[in-house]
Amino acid sequence: MCTVCGCGGRQVKAEGDGKWRQVHGHDDGVAHGEHRHVHDLHYGLGPARAHAPGMSQARMVKVEQDILAKNDAYAAANRDHFREHGILALNLVSSPGSGKTTLLVGTIRALQGRYPVCVIEGDQQTSNDADRIRATGAPAIQINTGRGCHLDALMVGHALQELNPAADSLLLIENVGNLVCPAAFDLGEAHKVAILSVTEGEDKPLKYPDMFAAADLVLINKSDLLPHLDFDVELAIGYARRVNPGIRAIVLSARSGEGMDEWLDWLDMQMDGAALTGMQTGESLGGPVMAA
Amino acid sequence: MHEMSLAESVVDLVEYRARNNGWQHIKGVRLEIGKLSGVEPDAIRFCFDAVAGGTLAEGAALDIVEQDGIAWCFDCARTIALAVRGDPCPECGGFRLRVDQGLAMRIMELEIE
Repeated sequence: MCTVCGCGGRQVKAEGDGKWRQVHGHDDGVAHGEHRHVHDLHYGLGPARAHAPGMSQARMVKVEQDILAKNDAYAAANRDHFREHGILALNLVSSPGSGKTTLLVGTIRALQGRYPVCVIEGDQQTSNDADRIRATGAPAIQINTGRGCHLDALMVGHALQELNPAADSLLLIENVGNLVCPAAFDLGEAHKVAILSVTEGEDKPLKYPDMFAAADLVLINKSDLLPHLDFDVELAIGYARRVNPGIRAIVLSARSGEGMDEWLDWLDMQMDGAALTGMQTGESLGGPVMAA
Repeated sequence: MHEMSLAESVVDLVEYRARNNGWQHIKGVRLEIGKLSGVEPDAIRFCFDAVAGGTLAEGAALDIVEQDGIAWCFDCARTIALAVRGDPCPECGGFRLRVDQGLAMRIMELEIE
């Protein structure tokens, strides 16, 4: 990973064909030691610092294109695929160590016999998480982002080709553990779900507001540890609602099972919605809401 | 944030345009970056210079215009200025806000030859 910007992976590898794709580069020889991201400096608070005063109007060409236009086009293609097949795709985002994979394992076990679940696992290295998911019997594919700090829509598109999720299934995308970069990259998911464990600070939503602003649901995980900690659940939820007044919150423990029913109910509701949309586009096999 | 990926996207998009239009060189790129977009202008400048090397945008001047953050306060029923996500409404101190502007990450103009 680039330690300057926390980003910029050189290569990514999706399991399945083992090919490395999408070369990002730092091949310029620029010394990172010159960069200024140290010692509590606050960039971006000052006035705009335009530094191209000499741009001549004569040869200016208007563009007005979103920087993430390419990613957004791939995300739209993924979203079309999900809609046509009645697939509910969720993008799970959190810091490393929030208990995402344990939560996924618990969720898959609880959903066994109800609807098919498959998983895309994003990590910089190793297939440990995908191995843990596959041990439950659910299909999973690991994407190693190499130095990259987030999944993008093209990687997910490649993973979809390998994984080929069933119609009317639940696709859980576990993003790289990182509360910053994944906020900006649409993967085509129906919702981002942020996971915040009670062993972290209550003020994470204020420290990393973009992620909590982008999420529709926050899961406060590891609630079984609350008796041993000073974590104030209401304060954490209050902070999340400061940056996103509409965010829903569920307190749960993947380990003890507390709160899991509420999370599964939420999933049921979203699955119904995805199945309905799939039926409307005519390609879905019909989900739990299918009429006689 | 993920400024390296963003800088790579900028270079990809402008190079594509340059090749399609037969432009020899991109001399300048003007971006609009929202103050609530989570993108750090200084970091994107640094990354842009790094990834533009060896492309048609090598040495291009990068001009970043920052877009102010604006939100709608549901309690005051009015538009307010929002400098940072998580800040309260300057009028009522509440947090029931909807961001209406400040998320832009856009290539606005190119200077070409």
